[in-house]
Amino acid sequence: MNESQSWDSSPVPSVVVEVNNLKKSFDEVEVLKDISTTISKGEVVCVIGPSGSGKSTLLRCVNMLEQPTDGKVLIEGEDVTDPDCDIDRVRSRVGMVFQQFNLFSHLTVLDNCTIAQRTVLKRSAAEARAKAEDTLARVGLEGREKAYPAQLSGGQQQRVAIARALSMDPDLMLFDEPTSALDPELVGDVLAVMRRLANEGMTMMVVTHEMAFAREVADRVLFMDGGFVVEQGPPEQVIAEPQHERTRTFLQRVLDPTHVEPEQ
Amino acid sequence: MSTATTSSTTEAPRRRMSPRKRAQRARWAQYAFLIIVLIVLISVSDPRQILKVFFRGDLVIDTLTQGLGHALLNTIYYTAGAFVLGLTAGTVLALMRLSQVAPYRWLAGIYIELFRGLPAIVVLLGFGLLPLAFPGLEIPFGTYGVVWLALGIVAAAYMAETIRAGIQAVPKGQVEAARSLGMPPGIANRKIVLPQAFRIITPPLTNELILLVKDSSLVYIIGLSAGGYDLTKYGRDLAQTNANLTPLVIAGLCYLVITLPLSFLVRRMESRAQRAR
Repeated sequence: MNESQSWDSSPVPSVVVEVNNLKKSFDEVEVLKDISTTISKGEVVCVIGPSGSGKSTLLRCVNMLEQPTDGKVLIEGEDVTDPDCDIDRVRSRVGMVFQQFNLFSHLTVLDNCTIAQRTVLKRSAAEARAKAEDTLARVGLEGREKAYPAQLSGGQQQRVAIARALSMDPDLMLFDEPTSALDPELVGDVLAVMRRLANEGMTMMVVTHEMAFAREVADRVLFMDGGFVVEQGPPEQVIAEPQHERTRTFLQRVLDPTHVEPEQ
Repeated sequence: MSTATTSSTTEAPRRRMSPRKRAQRARWAQYAFLIIVLIVLISVSDPRQILKVFFRGDLVIDTLTQGLGHALLNTIYYTAGAFVLGLTAGTVLALMRLSQVAPYRWLAGIYIELFRGLPAIVVLLGFGLLPLAFPGLEIPFGTYGVVWLALGIVAAAYMAETIRAGIQAVPKGQVEAARSLGMPPGIANRKIVLPQAFRIITPPLTNELILLVKDSSLVYIIGLSAGGYDLTKYGRDLAQTNANLTPLVIAGLCYLVITLPLSFLVRRMESRAQRAR
């Protein structure tokens, strides 16, 4: 893993995401307190941490679904926190997959994957359709084009959501706890699709609780707690030999939920 | 229920009736009551007299042949025009109500409160008399225009609130997904939010439509030429000249001819939407 150099502060030409001193408050509550990190092209970064640590907020600040209170986010060199930035154009290059899938329930699987291609990228109907069929095949859902989201299982819906994002030919994919709403037996299919995507060289930022996935697929793991990045590094370091007490406590809880803490 | 408790206390040695038995007895009592009411009604009423007043054969034929179809069409025209206008204006008002720009919210709020509070008949009268206030003012399409405008304006106020509720019922994640794909707010609204909102509010909107069908009976107030008669005015005129209710009964049945298929249609759309959901 030579990515270990790419996340220190020296600018690398192929930086996809650059987060500088990002802060975010909701009313009086400061959720993100000074976050800085960069993601290079082809890198897979898994963000882990206890609930309420701000990891989803960080992800949502990257494509400006949340407005940062302070700091900068640059995507491929473009400052998306700048009011003059055409955020819609940037978003069309940044795919996002949500915990609750958020498929358009009034549209078929195919239309879910073509509507943004048609309205945003102005692709022709035939071109959009071909692209959608291609990405649906990549997530293993060929033949389900005419189905409505409600007719699919959660795992299938999430794979459609991934196909919908991939149909835009994104340079970066954001995953916000993509398997947290799934029945356990459906998690594997979604993770398999994500693993394949990572192997194909997609730049990915994944908020997840799947430690096995993070350990296997991530180039770098970012552990967040209380609005700070407490620790980051390759998974064999952060997950296997965490340096910080808080990381250790968190991992112990996640990896062994039955473990009872001595002081309680 | 009080009888059950008193009987169980007074007749202590007997076993208490089981709840199921008691429910069964209650059901029998209800059937018996219904039958008694029917018997009483039949014994007091004179079917021949009823038929003569409400359903006289020659008057049925008169009513059907003297322009009922035209009146039915007029009622449909009045309603359809007002509905289209109300739906369009209502959607605009609902979007204004949810606007980021405060004055738009206020304006829409004032409009809705005003026209929701006014009886449709007052608005109709007002529009009928508008040329008095503004000489030379001509509302296009004559009587039709006046009715469409007056009923449409009132309907818009009701529908705006329904549509707003529908828009707010669309999960926030739908907008987020649309925006995350790069859709600008306008397209996200038009392609994602509004289609889902209208699906949600189809039943209450049909209710509005049915109410509008019935409100169209108020048009007599602006003074109609015979060509503009709606069902109620037509039925009432014939009923008065003949001193018989038959024409009004026929007109009333015609309203059901309009509204019952609508109810049926909505139920079908709902069950289809259920499957897609």
